[in-house]
Amino acid sequence: MVLKNAIKSIVLSVMTLFSVTVAHAGHGAKEEAEFQVVETIMHHIKDAHEWHVLGDITFNLPIILLDNGIKSFSSAEFYHGVVKTDSITGNHYTVATGKGLGYAMFHEKIYKTDANGELRFEKDHVKNAKPYDFSITKNTTSLLMGSIIILLIMFSTAKFYKKNGAIAPRGIAGFIEPLIIFVRDDIAKDSIDIHKYHRFVPYLLTIFFFILINNITGLIPLFGANLTGNIAVTVVLASLTLLVTVFSGNKNYWRHIFATPGVPVPLLIIMMPIEVIGIFTKPFALTVRLFANITAGHIIILSLISIIFINKSAAWGFLSVPMALFISVLEILVAFLQAYLFTMLSALFIGAAVEEAH
Amino acid sequence: MDLITPNIGLAFWTLLVFMLLLFILTKFAWKPILGAVKAREKNISESLELAVKTKAEMAALHAQNENLLKETLAQRDEIVRDAKETATKMVEDAKSVSKIEAEKIIISARQAIEAEKASAISEIRSQVADLSVQIAEKIIRKELSSDDKQKALASDLAQDINLN
Repeated sequence: MVLKNAIKSIVLSVMTLFSVTVAHAGHGAKEEAEFQVVETIMHHIKDAHEWHVLGDITFNLPIILLDNGIKSFSSAEFYHGVVKTDSITGNHYTVATGKGLGYAMFHEKIYKTDANGELRFEKDHVKNAKPYDFSITKNTTSLLMGSIIILLIMFSTAKFYKKNGAIAPRGIAGFIEPLIIFVRDDIAKDSIDIHKYHRFVPYLLTIFFFILINNITGLIPLFGANLTGNIAVTVVLASLTLLVTVFSGNKNYWRHIFATPGVPVPLLIIMMPIEVIGIFTKPFALTVRLFANITAGHIIILSLISIIFINKSAAWGFLSVPMALFISVLEILVAFLQAYLFTMLSALFIGAAVEEAH
Repeated sequence: MDLITPNIGLAFWTLLVFMLLLFILTKFAWKPILGAVKAREKNISESLELAVKTKAEMAALHAQNENLLKETLAQRDEIVRDAKETATKMVEDAKSVSKIEAEKIIISARQAIEAEKASAISEIRSQVADLSVQIAEKIIRKELSSDDKQKALASDLAQDINLN
């Protein structure tokens, strides 16, 4: 049984994006009876307060709560806390011990416990108050690691030019420079006014490499987190594009929104709200596109691997592993494609905002 | 619902990290890299322009060289022609001078010959005259050796005189 668990864990960890905790402490027997495919997959694509690498190797990440001051403690207080079961709904949740006393975790969400140190449920929803959770979660850790990777890559590229001067690129610069030139020429220069695009190149480059690198790190087995497939991340990125668009919008851009030239006044009454909504639908589309594409990729790979565990037979690996491998390779393409699309559309929106009347 | 509800904590960290990345990368990566790339592009375009210019210059130089060569050839031809002309003229001049000289020599030779001839003739004449006198003396002596002969001669002479 233990061996089976270990094999299950190893196969899932290696072939999927990050490891699975099939058997949670306390209710291992129940999970053993039936493989909960939806729960397993949802657990993987969502954020977590610990980093489960393989089998028993788990990194506890720091919890930071904003609740009448900053409270900080290890997530081990939750994961090694007291498991309680709601008497009415039968939901399992963990109550933190030690420094985390007064908080409980249910499905990776942190709540304040009531006077009895318990959570109150209404169906599957917790009625207790929530502190602001600024924890360094798995996704935050992945974000920091991805950023370090970006910095390392870009610094070594910059160092190459500093050391060698303006010569033909070699090594890492030879790989990164075409991408930089692609963003500058094919994305920025083509979409934005030729005299104004320089200003936006650093932003577009940062967003391109941020999405690209985090898309790719998300695909690394064991260490990959579903960062760019998290709606909070895509909302922030799209909001930044919205802010850049709105603040660089010129007179011509606003005139087209509030008083489109050549449109009769009665029609303007209908047009204006549509145009105003249009300002927000564009970044909304960016948010959803990136989130859905990356999350979908992770779900597909996990689903294919889950075939083995649904059928409880390693033989299914001959079907699911090649398919998962194929999708993984496809996901690398998607990683580039989504980074390109997000940057390209951001550049298009900015380009429309700074376009001069003609 | 959980999946599509943005978490404030992660949003905060993403914003913070992204802004830091934007700032640091712009200052320490994008500007130096783009600067170097631009410098290189400028360098390349300048080199290309220079190459085109050099090519044009080379063509001009080539044309100039060819012109120079043509001119030189023309000059050479002229010099050769001049030299030929001069040579011909010199030969002709020499010829005419020598002709005149020769004529002069011939004339003086002729004069000398004439003079020699004249003196020779006059000498011959005087000798002939001497000889004639001697011969006449001898004949006369013989003719006048007898009376008969003296008479016959006198009659012959008289006859000749009559005829004249």
